[in-house]
Amino acid sequence: MYQVEEKISAEKQEMRAVFAKVIDEMAKEDDRVIYMDCDLMNSIGMAKYWKEHPDKAVNCGIQEANMIGAAAGMSATGLIPFTHTFGTFATRRVMDQVYVSAAYAGLNVKIIGSDPGITATLNGGTHMPLEDIGMMRCIPEVTIVEPTDCTMLADILRKAKDTYGVFYIRLSRKKADKIYKDGSEFEIGKAAKIREGKDVTIFATGICVSEALKAAELLEKEGIQAAVSNMFTIKPIDKETVIQAAKETGAIVTAENHNIINGLGSAVAEVLAENVCCPMERIGAKDRFGEVGDMEYLKKAMGMTAEDIASAVKRTIARKEG
Amino acid sequence: MNAKELNIFAAQIRRAALRAIKKVGAGHVGGSMSMAELMAVLYGDVMKIDPANPKMEDRDWLIVSKGHCGPAVYGALALKGYFDVEELDTVNRGGTRLPSHCDMKRTPGIDMSTGSLGQGMSTAIGAAWGSRYQKRDNYIYLVLGDGESEEGQVWEGALFAAQQKLDHLIAFIDFNKKQLDGFLTDICDLGDIRKKFEDFGWDAKEVDGHDVEALEKAIEDAKKVQGRPHMIVMNTIKGKDCTFAEDVLYNHHMSFNQEDYEAAIAALDEKIDRIKAGEV
Repeated sequence: MYQVEEKISAEKQEMRAVFAKVIDEMAKEDDRVIYMDCDLMNSIGMAKYWKEHPDKAVNCGIQEANMIGAAAGMSATGLIPFTHTFGTFATRRVMDQVYVSAAYAGLNVKIIGSDPGITATLNGGTHMPLEDIGMMRCIPEVTIVEPTDCTMLADILRKAKDTYGVFYIRLSRKKADKIYKDGSEFEIGKAAKIREGKDVTIFATGICVSEALKAAELLEKEGIQAAVSNMFTIKPIDKETVIQAAKETGAIVTAENHNIINGLGSAVAEVLAENVCCPMERIGAKDRFGEVGDMEYLKKAMGMTAEDIASAVKRTIARKEG
Repeated sequence: MNAKELNIFAAQIRRAALRAIKKVGAGHVGGSMSMAELMAVLYGDVMKIDPANPKMEDRDWLIVSKGHCGPAVYGALALKGYFDVEELDTVNRGGTRLPSHCDMKRTPGIDMSTGSLGQGMSTAIGAAWGSRYQKRDNYIYLVLGDGESEEGQVWEGALFAAQQKLDHLIAFIDFNKKQLDGFLTDICDLGDIRKKFEDFGWDAKEVDGHDVEALEKAIEDAKKVQGRPHMIVMNTIKGKDCTFAEDVLYNHHMSFNQEDYEAAIAALDEKIDRIKAGEV
């Protein structure tokens, strides 16, 4: 079970610090865990681990296609490889390797893509994965998760290890906002409701979760009660919760740090279109490329701020029938 | 098996591969024929395998990265008893366990799914790394196509396997000099492919890929070299010993009729008789 913090505050540590700690712990507990990277060990905080455990950590050099294939081969022998590179290279550069060598072959590879969406900030458009979820969604049997804060990350990494199959784990390296109390546990494929409300449901992932909570506070001042649900598993999407939310609140807004095409918004829209009539709107990159900038600039440029979410909520509620 | 028996087995594998393709009437004939001696040597003599227990933990693995040549592998697997020879008639028909490209989820004895060229290089590397990490007493055998070796992923893997000193990885290139659209030299020449692998840090040698004794010796010699992955460049003929394919320029994927098939089988049967009589 999970518990939500009463007040949003910045985490004390970066996500990558927790990532490195949990990989270390899992590898100590389970010899099958192998860590692989493409020359970004220092960037993700794994350089120390690599030096201390050269038998269990493989720096492949800058060759992402080979890393994914080698990980697939390792998993065929019974190991559980966790691969890491930036989200752009973890998906679009190796789409065919993930598809054929890992997923089609039915193997057990955990793919970490770091710096999701605008969190790539100063690396700019070439390094800003706004399509990674979309690409992975098209591959059958791949589970896609985006941990929201350090507490969720630690839990999801362990659950990914213990769940056979290909995972794409979208991971910010930086400090997140702390949403969940320490020790919280989550169910993959099940949304975590973090705020109650009767007028609209906001489904959010990643950095958009705290923006959604801020939006709900803004809306409360205007008399609108917004529920917020953290849809941290994008595939398989939690259909039941989406349908229930549509029936209970009658309006849906999605908020994601990704192209609005084929990400969380599309997944939710597909569920609604086939099951229940409900107005919805998608917050996210409006089918555009990334660019350089700091987080505040990029959130505004992409329309991912709390104010943007609140405006979308009001437009969506206005479209309710009757 | 001795050399005579291996040559007979190779001819039988060609027969079985043609039977596998025959029901649909079209398939990857050229590359299936050129690797028949290698399949005979690996399955007939070299590999530690148990057809009754295809997933045996300490088995040797075979990853056929030129996955379109599934029919040659299926021929060998059927003759070894992984499944009935009759099942070869289901190749590429709806619901089959024997699709044109190798599929580890469907076929007993297939160690890795392949078909997108270049990828078997990396998966074989991973299998060799994982086997060594788990202290398994086995070898990972890998077959690459020559056209396939135009893929960048092959060369990523070449660097990585040498860096990791994967000396239980024994790879072969089926150097039949042709790809789908013609000769490699006219399309994307590999140059001295043996030398290239040597320069990448591999133990590399070149043999006649239709000489079963030379193949066996090359594998034995490879096992004596420690600390480096092994590349055995097999000089082969695309379409070898298939009467309707060997002398045809575009023999990568071919359709053929009953008459072609019967003539090819008769020629293979005649070759088997000559091997038995000691004439070949």
